[in-house]
Amino acid sequence: MELTIFLQQKTPIPLNARLVCKSGEVHALVGPSGSGKSSILRCVAGLHTPRFGKVHCSNKKWFDSEHNINIPPQQRRVGMVFQHFALFPHLSVTENIMLPLRHLPLATRRARADDLLERVNLKGLESRFPAELSGGQQQRVAIARALAREPAVLLLDEPFSAVDHVTRRKLRMEAVQLTRNLNIPVLLVTHDLDEACMLANHITVLHNGTTLQSGIPEEVMKQPTNATVARLIDMRNLFEGTVVDHEPENNCTRLEWAGSILEAPYSPEFSIGEKFDWCILPSEVLLHRRVKPSRGIKENPVSGRIGELVSIGGTTNIIIKLADRPGIKLYMDLPQHVVRRNALMPSEEIGVSLLKNSMHLMHKQKKH
Amino acid sequence: MDWTAFKLSLWLSLWTTIILLIVGLVFARAIAWRNFPGKSLLEAVVALPLILPPTVLGYYLLTLFGRDTLLGQTFEDVTGHTLVFSFAGLLLASIIYSLPFAIQPMLRAFEAIPISLREAAWCSGLGHWKTFRHVEFPLARPGILTGVILTFAHTMGEFGVILMVGGNIPGETRTISIAIFDRTQAFDMQSANTMALVLLVFAFVTVSLVYIFNRRHSHIVM
Repeated sequence: MELTIFLQQKTPIPLNARLVCKSGEVHALVGPSGSGKSSILRCVAGLHTPRFGKVHCSNKKWFDSEHNINIPPQQRRVGMVFQHFALFPHLSVTENIMLPLRHLPLATRRARADDLLERVNLKGLESRFPAELSGGQQQRVAIARALAREPAVLLLDEPFSAVDHVTRRKLRMEAVQLTRNLNIPVLLVTHDLDEACMLANHITVLHNGTTLQSGIPEEVMKQPTNATVARLIDMRNLFEGTVVDHEPENNCTRLEWAGSILEAPYSPEFSIGEKFDWCILPSEVLLHRRVKPSRGIKENPVSGRIGELVSIGGTTNIIIKLADRPGIKLYMDLPQHVVRRNALMPSEEIGVSLLKNSMHLMHKQKKH
Repeated sequence: MDWTAFKLSLWLSLWTTIILLIVGLVFARAIAWRNFPGKSLLEAVVALPLILPPTVLGYYLLTLFGRDTLLGQTFEDVTGHTLVFSFAGLLLASIIYSLPFAIQPMLRAFEAIPISLREAAWCSGLGHWKTFRHVEFPLARPGILTGVILTFAHTMGEFGVILMVGGNIPGETRTISIAIFDRTQAFDMQSANTMALVLLVFAFVTVSLVYIFNRRHSHIVM
């Protein structure tokens, strides 16, 4: 099974989206609110009809503006988990799950509902009503209901946004296991990058309804195609540089940045003197330890003063103000124990290295 | 006690309610969920009988049902008798007069159903009729029931419009409230008293039943 999507329209929400989602793949659509993620999902489900485009599920055409094909949602065999779950409040848990199975005999329906409840760990709550369930339990019912019809595609619209933080973490773990065993395309809409990286094996970044970049999470997170994508994936170390020269024999392109010369992987597609954007993940910035200098210390050394130290969940985010250009902020992420061992304090002097192979260069975008 | 008048009132209320149930469901769903040009105007027209004095409404209906209009003339050509001072005219007038009482509660009930619930039903493979039967109707039931009961009770107690359009013909247009008025005018207080009491008890019992029924169903949803 393969889901192919191509959508174009100017109003009411601008869309210019292309993506392919294969069986067994969890494909995350990420982007800020209003970027058209949910609209794409609704187009796949048949709840929104775009102006132009195609939605094909394997060889079935669900939507094709050229041939005037627009199959209603009832016949598309999608499983949809809505943002606020949209459970039927007047029906019990079992009845909610059995409603999509109305074409089957009652005994079969019951058996399937029991089976699904077991898969989402909801045994014992069969006769409860949605209002009597916690947020996490409601979400599980929504997933079970979406899977009841044996859908050809599973669509998840911000499925974890309506539950509290602790439950979210638990549900995400469950979702990882559940989606791995499904052999259908799964489209996940989320504005949370961590969630996307955790659950998805493919990510598409969206902005104003346009799909900007697709790829495996690690690739997209490390190598955004341009500054817009870099900003959307919250790349904190995003700077401008100028090409100085190329040294193919050393696999190196040298660039000028903030008054110093840095080395980046050999990138002949940039011409000498060209201005470009570049980025590096905060976790790829190496600390020069005072006591025991580590390898790599000669790689793109930069010095500055610690501006701020903020610790979140075992990781410390450090903002370094460069010695030569205090206006430029360099971000570095370190494990908390490293910060403690090196006794790093605000306003202290610090030396770091920008690991050469983690420097990622991007062409300047054409101004529209 | 004028049982003929009482039966006529029941009969009139029953038919008005049945027709307004169907008309009300169609209109209320359309106003709640669809967008079409002139929607506000339609809402205003539907709500108008609520604030218009019954005599004013009755006067216009009397004019509209008369022989000089297309409606009145066509009706007479087809059936052989006039629309005014007939049961059919009374029924039509009742439907128009009670329209807001049927539609308003149903409209509020349908508006309260989130669109995502209907979408969830469609994505579960339910067609429009099944979505209505399994999702919309059960959720809107208290509102629909309120609309039905209000329509019935309102028609039972209708007076001004009936007097204007139907007059006071026994067995044809003399409803129970007209009969009460008629008996009071003739200083037959005992008959008036009996009929008023019957109407009071009847109204009380129906309204109580609605509350009991709605309560029994509301605990599930909330």
